[in-house]
Amino acid sequence: MNNSAMHRAYTLCAVVLLFAILFYAENNLDTYSIQILNLVAINAILAVSLNLIYGFTGMFSLGHAGFMAIGAYVCTVLILTPEQKESMWILEAIHPWLANLSLPFLLAVVVGGIAASLVGLIIAIPVLRLGGDYLGIATLGFAEIIRVVITNAAPFTNGSLGIKGIPQYANLWCNYGWLVVTVYVIVRLLRSNVGNVFKAIRDDEIAARTMGVNTFYYRVLSFCVGAFFAGVGGALTAALISTIDPKMFTFMLTFNILMIVVAGGLGSITGSIVGSIIITFMLEWLRIVENPISLGDFEIPGIPGMRMVIFSVMLMCIILFRREGLLGMREFSWDALARFVKNPVRFFSRASRSTSGASGK
Amino acid sequence: MNQPTTSLELVNATRRFGGIVAVNDLSFKVPQGTICGLIGPNGAGKTTVFNLISGFYTPTSGKILFEGEDITGNPPHIVCRKGIARTFQNIRLFSSASSLQNVMVGAHLRQKNPWWFPIVPFLADKEEKMVHDRAHTLLERLGLADVANAPAGSLPYGAQRRLEIARALATNPRFLLLDEPAAGMNPHESSDLMEFIKNIRADFDLTILLIEHDMKVVMGICSHIWVVEYGQCIAEGDADAIRNNPKVIEAYLGEEYLQYA
Repeated sequence: MNNSAMHRAYTLCAVVLLFAILFYAENNLDTYSIQILNLVAINAILAVSLNLIYGFTGMFSLGHAGFMAIGAYVCTVLILTPEQKESMWILEAIHPWLANLSLPFLLAVVVGGIAASLVGLIIAIPVLRLGGDYLGIATLGFAEIIRVVITNAAPFTNGSLGIKGIPQYANLWCNYGWLVVTVYVIVRLLRSNVGNVFKAIRDDEIAARTMGVNTFYYRVLSFCVGAFFAGVGGALTAALISTIDPKMFTFMLTFNILMIVVAGGLGSITGSIVGSIIITFMLEWLRIVENPISLGDFEIPGIPGMRMVIFSVMLMCIILFRREGLLGMREFSWDALARFVKNPVRFFSRASRSTSGASGK
Repeated sequence: MNQPTTSLELVNATRRFGGIVAVNDLSFKVPQGTICGLIGPNGAGKTTVFNLISGFYTPTSGKILFEGEDITGNPPHIVCRKGIARTFQNIRLFSSASSLQNVMVGAHLRQKNPWWFPIVPFLADKEEKMVHDRAHTLLERLGLADVANAPAGSLPYGAQRRLEIARALATNPRFLLLDEPAAGMNPHESSDLMEFIKNIRADFDLTILLIEHDMKVVMGICSHIWVVEYGQCIAEGDADAIRNNPKVIEAYLGEEYLQYA
């Protein structure tokens, strides 16, 4: 007990340190670097929420872009001022319900998350009776439906023109604040007995039912909590890049998040965070291969899309050589960190053999 | 009122799969507080009977009563909530979780906190600690305390069997279904198992129905035995009656052996 109180104090210090780093970054880095840091936080929120659904509860869901779209649109419509809305809705006049509706940003993000979660609930009830690949296809179809609905519901969403000039409220503090909240909520859930039940459903659904677990209820629960944070992630994305349109929320977006989750390790929150750091930085850094490179006399012309080729090859390598992802199911813990500091060599030889217990955040 | 109370009762239970009748008009009463056995050759429909009781299958016709209450057609988690726990013929543990977590999932059933309590600091701590301690006590009583934090999949076979029973006991059952608890055990281990089953029956005040192929175990601990063949009950009685019943010998060994019996 004493030990866990100490760990809690360490974790608090780590969060304070994180915000100290953010403070430094905000004052010393250029806008481009800060933008990348923001994307890291948002991707981490999305990856952790997908990991809850897929990695911990074992539901192969490809609907994340759909939830993001709902969160993004709901939040955007709520934070724009009535004048902005009037000037922006060109195709069709904005629906009178929404015209004068305005909420503070933080509240709008929460409402966006709740909207995503409610839609998640509605589709979960018919769809979560499916398992495995079928669920993946059904949720993929759902995300596509959301996109088509958004394109055609012009009085609410401004249709295919999208919405531009969204106030950029999502700064570093906001994004990392939400990341801390996301990780806190999901880790607390996973480390309680509710988390044991989620993992039990993933490991053996029949045995879980025999143990008195209403597996359907818990699957819906996990799905809706995941959808909530996906909605939050979508809302933050909208307020970060200041423009949204239906074409943003295609399957590619879900694929990127899925890539982070699989590369980081299905069933590891730490893995999802590490994965989103690495992959977000790589996606930016690899832009150099799309520019012309000259090696002495020899010139390689820039090929657009080259970084996605490199990326896909990397993903294949991960699947081939380290199928469980970078961290497998391991989690960061202060005990593990202490072991690492004491004896790094022994730490790695042990880590490769046994999965260490979670007792960190 | 000398008649012992009935814990579980099957009334003309029948289950068809297409043209196959897996369980055919089966009726029996398991008296409260006893250990009873269900035996029969492979494919006789014994596990189907367990699946009917635990709610994985609904009987095509007939009824299942538990302590006088009709539980026919209830889904598995409701059946478990009413007090019937089971183990599986092929062990089904949550293999990536630790032994302790396995048992905690079983104990989850008796938790009252809403799901979001753990998010609020300290709100769920008391109940979480209670569940944790209860799971630990169960592991201790079943001799698994020293492997509490080991992944369940890494335990030796016998320990996995015991862990499955520990997990079932964590749901606070009054009735326990054991599907081939002695499968894969050597004679020494299975005689330990007999003692173990008798002890948990007494300690946890259970009624136990078990499926078993090891006749020494069945004859040693079961006060009443039903023999099932082709989904029908062909004989019932105590160990001696079953041992000398010509129909049972025929079912197990074939007709031609009858002359030697």
